[in-house]
Amino acid sequence: MTSALGSAPTGRDDRRARPTPTRAHRSRWARAAGTGWLYVLPALVMYAVFVLRPLVLTLQYSLYDWNGIGVARWVGLDNYLTVFTDSDLLKIIGNAIVLIVFFSFIPVALGLLVASMVRRITTGPFGTVVRTILFLPQVIPLVAAGIAWSWLLSSNGLVNQVLRAVGLGGVARAWLGDFDTALPAVGVIGAWVLLGLCTILLVTGMSKIDPALYEAARLDGAGPFREFFAVTLPSLRQEIGVCLTVTIIAALASFDIVYISTSGGPGLQTTVPGLEIYRLAFSQRQVGLASALAVVLMLLVLACVLPIQRLSRGEKS
Amino acid sequence: MNLTRREQLTGRVFLIALIVVTLLPFVSMLSAALQPRGTVPSGLDWPSDPQWGNFADAFTAANMGALLRSSLLIVAGVVPVSVLIATMAGFGLGQLRVPGGRLVFGLFLLGLTLPFEAVVTPLYYQMQDLGLLNTRWAIILPLIGLYMPFAVFWMRAHFTNVPVELTEAARVDGSSTWQLFWRVQVPLARPAIASLTILMFLWTWNQFLLAIVLVDDATKRTMAGALGAFQGQWGTDLVLLCAGSLLILTPTLIVFLIFQRQFIKALIQGSVKG
Repeated sequence: MTSALGSAPTGRDDRRARPTPTRAHRSRWARAAGTGWLYVLPALVMYAVFVLRPLVLTLQYSLYDWNGIGVARWVGLDNYLTVFTDSDLLKIIGNAIVLIVFFSFIPVALGLLVASMVRRITTGPFGTVVRTILFLPQVIPLVAAGIAWSWLLSSNGLVNQVLRAVGLGGVARAWLGDFDTALPAVGVIGAWVLLGLCTILLVTGMSKIDPALYEAARLDGAGPFREFFAVTLPSLRQEIGVCLTVTIIAALASFDIVYISTSGGPGLQTTVPGLEIYRLAFSQRQVGLASALAVVLMLLVLACVLPIQRLSRGEKS
Repeated sequence: MNLTRREQLTGRVFLIALIVVTLLPFVSMLSAALQPRGTVPSGLDWPSDPQWGNFADAFTAANMGALLRSSLLIVAGVVPVSVLIATMAGFGLGQLRVPGGRLVFGLFLLGLTLPFEAVVTPLYYQMQDLGLLNTRWAIILPLIGLYMPFAVFWMRAHFTNVPVELTEAARVDGSSTWQLFWRVQVPLARPAIASLTILMFLWTWNQFLLAIVLVDDATKRTMAGALGAFQGQWGTDLVLLCAGSLLILTPTLIVFLIFQRQFIKALIQGSVKG
């Protein structure tokens, strides 16, 4: 038996046992590495040209006073100072944070409520119909949701019709045009769009929970509430994390719904950062300030989403 | 199972309430769309003489033929290219494990939560410099780039789970990397690719921000962008607005109903991974 033959099987065993490649393996990969890069390159080029480059430019613009045409003037961090001190801009950022309650907390809370009672949607045709209907708001453009709800919430719309029918005609109003109710009304549109998605995700997660856990809880004499907090909530951690991530991004980066239903009004009551960036950059020609707000928005999204990711994934893996 | 009958009943009631709330806006729009032109509809009020002809009027007013063509062209420009290059990159990063791949992947992850608003201003000037403003390319090219973080993440997740032995075996057989990719890996990745294709179709069709910023002419926009323009033009004519909105929704709804199983699977997986 020669040494070469002797070593060959060991090498192969190594390869199978360890995910990291052996040396022989690696040299072959080294040759393939050049080819490998050719596969990654097209995606990387498109990403670099149409995302990374604009991103760097946003950072750069944010340090200048620029009207989009003339000569840009270096102002350092002044634009950021404006974002954090201007009362209008602070209000606009605050609006986005208020929207989180509607876009995120309400769908997740209602979704949990429905999920804990339904536990699994029937698998038969009824289940398919339920799933299909609950997903409809996810499939249509947000613009369409905005138009439909503008009509529902208008002074002649269905919401007021129902209120009048049950004798609450006194509170009927143009919900999206009223100073006090416009922002919650926009929030309701977002809640409608995201409720079905959250419900389905949570019910799907719920159906994976081992029924034995519930039986054990019942044997211990747990009521529906204790059962919910002791079994359901901890088991759905990851799904809740997903729902919160998706919906918080939708709230902070909202644009379509607001643009269509209120254009940010009345006053600044429903203006959100996305809309203000659009206005500052394209109507008021304050590209620098728009870019600073864009950077702040981006960081705000990360500041909200990263802790959720850490919390929901952390202990499971 | 261990749910009492009363609990099951309450669950059903909640679910049905949820379904009603989900459907009401559509029904309300339909009832408004069928009212006689020139009247001011009120709430949910089924007309005694439904004016189905309003849809024909809206079809002409919205220039639906041109809009459909435009949206299809944009989808055709974005989706196949995005899926192809994302699959290749996923294969390179997840299966070939190119040196420096982790760094590149990290770079892609950076874009995963990026709001489009954060890059739309520079994109406008970039498109202006390229002379592409007001063309469909101004929507197509940035969208491909903007989809890459999710798409590469998605395909890499698939390819990481394919055993490396498969690639190894194909190499021993003497096949080239491209043959390996195209004949062995892509067919195996079909479910992941199908879900990705569905999601990208949907996101492209419904893209609004890029459409209104980068293209002025509504007939060169996506469906959602065109709907925005339609609202601007017919916002005061509620009957026509509702009819037009429903028309513009129809193509997505039809595609959704045909592929609803795949759609729902894709949307669930898409949000879980994303």
